[in-house]
Amino acid sequence: MPSLTSRLYSYKFFIPAAIVYVLFFLAPTFLSFFFSLTIWTLSDWKFTGLDNFKIFLTEPSLNIGLRNSLVYATATCALKVVIGFLLAAFLCTDLKTKGFLRSMIYFPNILSTIAVGIIFGSLMHPSHGLINTCLAAIGIKGPDWLGNPRMALFSVVLVDVWKGVGIAMTIFIAGIQAIPQHYYEALMIDGGTAFHKLRYITLPLSRSSMNSVIMLAFIGGIRSFDLIWVMTKGGPGFTSDLIASIIYKQLQGGFYGISTAGNVVLFVIVSIIAVPMYRFLTKVEVDL
Amino acid sequence: MKRKIARLAVETVAVLLALAIFGVPISYVLTNAGKSSAAAAQMSIAPAANTQYLANFSSVIAQSSYMLIRAFLNSAIITIVSIAVLLGISSTAGFVLERRKGRGISWINFLVLAGLMIPPAVVPTIWVLKTIGLYKNMMGLVLVEAALAFPFSVLLYRGYMGSIPRELDEASFIDGCTGFDLFMKVIFPLMKPVSATIAIITSISVFNDFVNPLYFLPGSKNVTVQLTLYNFISTYLNKWNLLFADILLISIPPLIFFIFFNKKIVSGMVAGAVKS
Repeated sequence: MPSLTSRLYSYKFFIPAAIVYVLFFLAPTFLSFFFSLTIWTLSDWKFTGLDNFKIFLTEPSLNIGLRNSLVYATATCALKVVIGFLLAAFLCTDLKTKGFLRSMIYFPNILSTIAVGIIFGSLMHPSHGLINTCLAAIGIKGPDWLGNPRMALFSVVLVDVWKGVGIAMTIFIAGIQAIPQHYYEALMIDGGTAFHKLRYITLPLSRSSMNSVIMLAFIGGIRSFDLIWVMTKGGPGFTSDLIASIIYKQLQGGFYGISTAGNVVLFVIVSIIAVPMYRFLTKVEVDL
Repeated sequence: MKRKIARLAVETVAVLLALAIFGVPISYVLTNAGKSSAAAAQMSIAPAANTQYLANFSSVIAQSSYMLIRAFLNSAIITIVSIAVLLGISSTAGFVLERRKGRGISWINFLVLAGLMIPPAVVPTIWVLKTIGLYKNMMGLVLVEAALAFPFSVLLYRGYMGSIPRELDEASFIDGCTGFDLFMKVIFPLMKPVSATIAIITSISVFNDFVNPLYFLPGSKNVTVQLTLYNFISTYLNKWNLLFADILLISIPPLIFFIFFNKKIVSGMVAGAVKS
C-alpha cells in the first residue's frame, strides 16, 4: 500500500503548473542558449557559433548597453537601499503623520511605469518643465535632463528611485518592526544616542530585509526596460540604451539571434553577480 | 518642551518634503489633465482658469475609434483570466511542495526559485507562442503572465501551507478523502487569505504591465490600456492635457484597489520578499 504522503500529495498536482511554467518560462530559457548561437528567422535557423555574442560585445552601439545596465542596476539599487532604509528608520519613530507619509511614498508604485515616464518626461522638459522652472527661480540653470547624453541615464535612475523607493521602505519597515524593543532599552540605559541606535541596532538587525531589497532592486534594475523605453528610447543616440532595450530593438529589427544573445548575456550577468551576491549577503545575516 | 518643538519641526519639514517630492507630480497631472492644450503646454502647476475635464476625457475615450474602451475590456479580461490561471497552478504546486520532501522536491524548488531571478527570454517565448498558435492572442499573453508570476505566488502559498496543521490532512484521509478532495474541500478554502493577496497584487501588476503585451500581443486589435497610453504619446505629441487625462482614466482601477486593499498589498509584498 502506498504511503499516506504519496496518496494525498500526489505529483499529479504539479501537472497544471508544470505545463504553464515549462512551456512559457523554462523551455524558452533553455532554447535561448541554443538560438543565441544561430542566425534565426523564427521559421529557420543557421548555426553561427559565437558570432552573435561577438557582435553583442564588440559593436559599440550594443556593448554600451552592458555598461549602462550595470551602472543603472547598481545606482538604482544603492539609492533605493540607502534612501529606503533611512525613510524606514525615520518612519518607525513616533510620528503623528506616519501613516500619511508612508502611503504618500508608496503611492507611485500603483502608477504604471509608462504613466510615470510620461509625467517625468514633462516635468524634466529642458526649457519650461517644472523642475527647471523651480531651479531657475533659485538661480540655478537646470540641465537638459533627458537630452544631454551624460545626464539621460542618470535622470531615468532618479525617476526609477522615485517610483520604487516605497517598496524598499516597506520591506525595511517590516524588518525594523521585528526588532525586539529591549535591545533599544538596553542601549538607552547604557546612554546611547539616536545615532548609536541606528548604527548598532537598527542597521545590523534589519540585515535580512536589506538583503531582500538589494536582490530585488538589483535584479529589477538589470532587467529594466519600460522606464528607459518610454523616457529616452535609449537615446540620445545609444547613450542610455540598456541590455533590455537593445534586446527589444534587435527584435524589432528582425535580428532574433542577436536579440536572444542579449538575453543570454543578461542571464549570465544575473548568474555571476546576483547568485554569489545572494550567498554572500545571506552569510552575514544576524539572527534576532 | 524643547524636544517637543524640535520633533514638531522635523515632522513638518518631512511632510513638506514628501508633498514636494511625491505630491507635486501628482497634482501637476491632476490640474493639467483639465486644461486646454494651449494652457497645458505652459507646463505650469497653477490651477486652470476654466477646466474642461469632461471634454478632455471624452476626446481621449473617442480617440482612434474608441480604442481606449476596447483596451479597458482587453486589460480586464487578461487580468482576470491571468489571476484565475495563476491561482490554479500555484496553489496546487505550493500545496505539494510544502507537504512533500525529497530530492525531486528540492529540484522543483530550485527551478521555481530560479524563476525569481532569471530574466525571461523574449524571442524564444515568441517562438513557443507561434508554434502552438497563441502569438498575438490574449490567451497566450495570459499564460505568459501566469508563468512569470508563478514563482512568487508559489512562495507565498508554500509559506502559508506551513501554518496549516498536517493533522487536518490525516483526519480528512481517515474520513475517506482522496488527495484531490483534501485540496479542494479543506486546503484551498483555508488558503483564502493568500489567494486574496496574490489576486490583488497580480491584478495591479498585470493591469499595469507594458512590457509583456508589447512583446507578445502586438497589433492594434489587441491593445491593452498601457499600450494605448504608449501609442498616444506620439498621437498626442505635446498635448499634455490629453495624455494626463488618459493617465488619470487608466489609473482609476489600481487606485481603487490601493484604497481598499492597501494593507493586503503591503503585507503580501513583504511576506514574499522576506521569505525568499
